[in-house]
Amino acid sequence: MAAFGIATGGGNWFSALALGVTLLKCLLIPTYHSTDFEVHRNWLAITHSLPISQWYYEATSEWTLDYPPFFAWFEYALSHVAKYFDQEMLNVRNLNYSSPRTLLFQRFSVIFTDALFVYAVHECCKCIDGKKAGKELTEKPKFILSVLLLWNFGLLIVDHIHFQYNGFLSGLMLLSIARFFQKRHMEGAFLFAVLLHFKHIYLYIAPAYGVYLLRSYCFTANKPDGSIRWNSFSFVRLISLGLIVFLVSAVSLGPFLALNQLPQVFSRLFPFKRGLCHAYWAPNFWALYSALDKVLSVIGLNDKWFSSAVPAHSPSLSDALGHLYLHSDCRVGPRGFLRCLILCALSSFMFGWHVHEKAILLAVLPMSLLSVGKAVDASIFLILTTTGHYSLFPLLFTAAELPIKILLMLLFTIYSISSLKTLFRKEKPLFNWMETFYLLGLGPLEVFCEFVFPFTSWNLKYPFIPLLLTSVYCAVGITYAWFKLYVSVLTDPPVGKTKKQ
Amino acid sequence: MEKWYLMTAAVLLGLTVRWTVSLNSYSGAGKPPMFGDYEAQRHWQEITFNLPIKQWYFNSSDNNLQYWGLDYPPLTAYHSFLCAYVAKFINPDWIALHTSRGYESQAHKLFMRATVLIADLLIYIPAVVLYCCCLKEVSTKKKIASALCILLYPGLILIDYGHFQYNSVSLGFALWGVLGVSYDWDLLGSLAFCLAINYKQMELYHSLPFFCFLLGKCFKKGLKGKGLVLLIKLTCTVVASFVLCWLPFFTEREQTLQVLRRLFPVDRGLFEDKVANIWCSFSVFLKIRDILPHHIQIMISFCFTFLSLLPACIKLTLHPSPKGFRFTLVSCALSFFLFSFQVHEKSILLVSLPVCLVLSEIPFMSTWFLLVSTFSMLPLLLKDELLMPSVVTVMAFFIACATSFSIFEKTSEEELQLKCFSTSVRKYFTCFTFLPKIIQHLFLMSVIAMILLTMMTVTLDPPQKLPDLFSVLVCFVSCLHFLFFLVYFNIIIMWDSKNGRSQKKIN
Repeated sequence: MAAFGIATGGGNWFSALALGVTLLKCLLIPTYHSTDFEVHRNWLAITHSLPISQWYYEATSEWTLDYPPFFAWFEYALSHVAKYFDQEMLNVRNLNYSSPRTLLFQRFSVIFTDALFVYAVHECCKCIDGKKAGKELTEKPKFILSVLLLWNFGLLIVDHIHFQYNGFLSGLMLLSIARFFQKRHMEGAFLFAVLLHFKHIYLYIAPAYGVYLLRSYCFTANKPDGSIRWNSFSFVRLISLGLIVFLVSAVSLGPFLALNQLPQVFSRLFPFKRGLCHAYWAPNFWALYSALDKVLSVIGLNDKWFSSAVPAHSPSLSDALGHLYLHSDCRVGPRGFLRCLILCALSSFMFGWHVHEKAILLAVLPMSLLSVGKAVDASIFLILTTTGHYSLFPLLFTAAELPIKILLMLLFTIYSISSLKTLFRKEKPLFNWMETFYLLGLGPLEVFCEFVFPFTSWNLKYPFIPLLLTSVYCAVGITYAWFKLYVSVLTDPPVGKTKKQ
Repeated sequence: MEKWYLMTAAVLLGLTVRWTVSLNSYSGAGKPPMFGDYEAQRHWQEITFNLPIKQWYFNSSDNNLQYWGLDYPPLTAYHSFLCAYVAKFINPDWIALHTSRGYESQAHKLFMRATVLIADLLIYIPAVVLYCCCLKEVSTKKKIASALCILLYPGLILIDYGHFQYNSVSLGFALWGVLGVSYDWDLLGSLAFCLAINYKQMELYHSLPFFCFLLGKCFKKGLKGKGLVLLIKLTCTVVASFVLCWLPFFTEREQTLQVLRRLFPVDRGLFEDKVANIWCSFSVFLKIRDILPHHIQIMISFCFTFLSLLPACIKLTLHPSPKGFRFTLVSCALSFFLFSFQVHEKSILLVSLPVCLVLSEIPFMSTWFLLVSTFSMLPLLLKDELLMPSVVTVMAFFIACATSFSIFEKTSEEELQLKCFSTSVRKYFTCFTFLPKIIQHLFLMSVIAMILLTMMTVTLDPPQKLPDLFSVLVCFVSCLHFLFFLVYFNIIIMWDSKNGRSQKKIN
């Protein structure tokens, strides 16, 4: 009894948080799910019923396999458990099949694979120092970080309502970051290589990994003032990193290389035929651009050259320049790497091609790690997270899920803002009046878009207005956060020695 | 209060859990011709909106009392009327007379669930938050933990948001009553409690402790002076509130009598269906329902009920204190549940509410009781296809209580409030030192039994000759638990001396 007592006692708050959120995820099982549910069911069917040579050619369903091979193998592994739940879901011809057992299996598979995310969060908590912490548990940075990550609103609604597998993928990313903090670079590199072959969207942050590993791992020593000691370059390390990446890619793409299917695989992975913006505009630079374009066209100032000057490429020049600057003066170790990674993710979100609004999670989750460190980072994090999470609202448009998304959003936002404010109460306030006003404006915006507008006459003529307003309003916030982060990275005084983590 | 944001987080979490549970099925979903409690509530909206007040409780061609006739006091009827008024704006088909019978749709379900949430938000949840904020000698962290655990209590969530009822309204009013009376706002407290009784007549289970506590207060103030004034004021408040609620039904004697007949169906037997009280469990061995005549049954139940609650009530009248009041609420309600007639399994919620209130004082036993109370409703929950939300909410509640209160470390005699009792017993039996250990082992056995029974009920089919085997087993086991708790709570009340009150709580 005593042992049970210790196990469930106040000492194990992390398990309580993890179990609590897992139970909440179980309660979300009967909620609305999007077409992504059918996408994954289809992939279960494809990988289970067809030979490998057919995986990237199968097109019975419109939701063709467009993730890298490791994810296909993952679905293959899942399908062997799926057959005990409902054999029918593994039939490729059963389009839109969603029996109760299928739903149960799919939902449980997401909840179960989140275990990796929980482990990654646990590792990340070890990497932040708690010097500032008070004695109170709820004011410790580790506690706040655990809540911010485990109970992240974006992950909950995208993974457990909308339906996706971002949990364990983000877990891989956070784990590789944690390994870098723990100076286990090879493991971190391996984890990231594996991650890339699960979901290629993580290519957005690959430059950060590449430059950091090159700078801090291949060059084994620094000069006393922190800059590069050119003669400390270690070829052995470079080769071993290259070997890791090569081996992982070989395992992943090897079978398809042997079948001469690489071009087909790549055409599935990178479909450039799609437009600059998705059906719903992700709140990035292009949203602001398109909005401006539309406004100009309505006014009548639409010059042909303006709208045709859409530069049709991915992560921009500014992004690349930023990296070069950062890493030429990279003395700040893993923390600098983290900031670079976030900047990569955010810049790619801002300027990327056919960006989904869900991609904001790529920046939000690593940013949580920084937010419990410095007040400046906390402020940027809160603006980014609040607007990023709000921009996910249009994903859940059903009436039954409306209270859930509002309640969870309020829960996360109120907790994150209040706990970080309490953590940094001895420093200057986190928000200035402009930022406070902007964040508070989200409330009336939501009321207007979901409660007022649908009952007005404009709803029939211009049904896209709520989406437009949400996208543009959030784009302003996200752009502002991106800009502030960029400025803080560029103007941050370099730290002499890396802090003891 | 400091850390208000954590309290807000607890409330938001409670609301989220409530709404996610409400996405599941409700009682009688898709089961014509009678459906279930959900249809009953919809039907009451139909009746109260379309018919004049005089016909609400009477049998007529428009109002067939056999099909979910109104059997709650007038406040429920007024509440249904209010909901019907809103329903008319959204979709009049939902409450059209006769034609809306058995109406089921996703939109209607959302509307009905929303009415429960709004009622909860307006009445019950503020009462819980206020109660926890006003707890004395308790740290802020424990206040927030209490609020979280009370809001996560599975029984109320599953019945209100799963099965479909409005218990949070009557329990909320009762809680406001407890708050008022405990902090010397006696008139407002008794007004709130009268509203509770006029919403659901089962709240009469709580009426004796209220009566005894207020009477005790009057005695303490002296019946010659302030006490008498207080007594008169209270009487006037109670009478006025009843008159206000029943006004339309006081116009004719027949109206009042008919409502009373609907509220207290003495024609029905000692118990209906399977319920975890003494009579149902006893009938496993001896079918008293069939043997004894009707009026004898009522007499026996009356006697047992009052004999079991008399000691606690007398003590409360002689030594009124908020702590005694809370514990007497528990023991009285439990006595009524175990020995009264026509008890439904959902009435255990009337016992659970007071137990929630003492959660911060005896966390271990309270958590145990609240788990058993949810388990006792298992057959009902399974019938409504609420297995998954039940299991999840019970686990969530258990984890919340276990981590917030470290319940397994708090099983010493002092923490179980059994110190005075044990000391007295040790005067006769010096070796009586193993009480905490016994209780810990009992808890373990109890949890194992509950889990086993749940698994058996879900996975196995009962034998042909005994189709109700598992329901009866669940009721029987729960009844044994409740008897044990009745004894335990009465011990605490009777052995609670002035020494107990001076002990400082270290949290």
